[in-house]
Amino acid sequence: MLYNHSSDTFRAGDRKPLEITVKRKAFRTSSGALREVMRDLSLTIISGKVYALVGPSGCGKTTLLRIIIGLDKDFEGSIVMPEKPRIGMVFQEPRLLPWRSVFDNLRLAAPQTSDEDIIRIASDLGLGEHLVHFPGELSLGLARRVSLARAFAVKPDLLVLDEPFVSLDAVLAERLRDELAALVERTKVTTLLVTHGIEEAIRLADSILLLGGRPTGIVAEIDIETPRHAMTDAYAAEIQAQISAVFAGAA
Amino acid sequence: MLRVLSLLALIAVWQIAAMMAHSLVLPEPLAVLGTMVHEARSGALFFNLGVTLARVIVSFGIAMLFGTIFGIFMGRSPTFDRVADPWLIVLLNLPALVIVVLAYIWIGLTETAAVIAVALNKLPNTTVTIREGARALDPALQEMAAIFAMPWRTRLQHVLLPQLAPYIAAATRSGLSLVWKIVLVAELLGRPNGVGFEIYTAFQLFDVNLLLAYALPFIVIMLGIETLVVQPFERHVSRWRQKTA
Repeated sequence: MLYNHSSDTFRAGDRKPLEITVKRKAFRTSSGALREVMRDLSLTIISGKVYALVGPSGCGKTTLLRIIIGLDKDFEGSIVMPEKPRIGMVFQEPRLLPWRSVFDNLRLAAPQTSDEDIIRIASDLGLGEHLVHFPGELSLGLARRVSLARAFAVKPDLLVLDEPFVSLDAVLAERLRDELAALVERTKVTTLLVTHGIEEAIRLADSILLLGGRPTGIVAEIDIETPRHAMTDAYAAEIQAQISAVFAGAA
Repeated sequence: MLRVLSLLALIAVWQIAAMMAHSLVLPEPLAVLGTMVHEARSGALFFNLGVTLARVIVSFGIAMLFGTIFGIFMGRSPTFDRVADPWLIVLLNLPALVIVVLAYIWIGLTETAAVIAVALNKLPNTTVTIREGARALDPALQEMAAIFAMPWRTRLQHVLLPQLAPYIAAATRSGLSLVWKIVLVAELLGRPNGVGFEIYTAFQLFDVNLLLAYALPFIVIMLGIETLVVQPFERHVSRWRQKTA
């Protein structure tokens, strides 16, 4: 991975983009054959904006995410970022330390954040009374909130969410989505959201990147002009129709 | 309650057997208690128990520390595992007696030799147990720690060791009883004090009374460590589990 070691940091307000180029990504199958899953994919992430990576299941969204955050280094291409960003990550599963309290889970991930800030972030997500509990005592919905709070507690330069609301019931997912939208709006954090929910992407993102094809590439990039808080059902439906048309064309 | 009754039954069996045998080589419980009190009054009992306990703690500590380190490395690195595994198998299958005698011959009849020999006996067991734990580490949590750029001390203390805690507890359990038995062998063969040395003396005098007067209090001590140290520690590290529905 390439880092451009300039003194500039990748913070909100700073307009240095994050550039990702994947020339080729292949997996070796169990039979020993090389299967190409991604080719000639490039995207530029501008600081302070929210991006949604949308595509059908199994199209390599998570793979691309792992490449971007540096968990997967086995690919041809480059990641150029102004400086190694502080990443706040929300995994598909909460991935909390079951043997530490909710507060300690936040504290250990974000040692540089003050106690007051941690408590405030937790309270914002409705976790105020759960700080002393162990993750095993929480419902899945609450555990996901802790995972979200942890990502915000590190005061990230880059917030990364991998299907954060999958396997939650619709009402809860919608509420968490609104809370996330409010937090992102307030902190102006650069955000990368992976989802297969088009509705979720429309409600949260400034820009939707549609993944598809075989091997996977970016088939369309759709900018959403309407801000999150002013999103109307009519506009959302319009975008949705646009996306469906793209996928229909690609299929 | 059932445990106490069971223990009392054991003492009763001993009493009946002693009365039936009516022999010097199987003294009655009260006679052993008398010898215990006598040895305690002279201070010899406490001195020897203390010396043995110190050897147990030091050699156990060394074996646990290095066994845990080797176990983690072998569990995490397949290459290191392949290289070190034959050594481990050799060490696992060397009889305790051989290690103790070799240590005394090579290092001399010293405290160091005794402690090293005992630690070497326990080391491979710890390594094997911890290796199993290290193989079962959750990669999801490792990734989480990496993404959040946790410093290595945080990872060790809050991510790695809690996952290994059940394995460390298992190694401790089996380790304490193993170590104290081997310490006795080492004392019998080459130390001028300790429970093992006293048992050697008792053997030469055919004094079963003295032998039991030293062996039994040590069992009580080990039982005390198990109940007052090991079990509370286990409860503490698994408190998050108990609350889980």
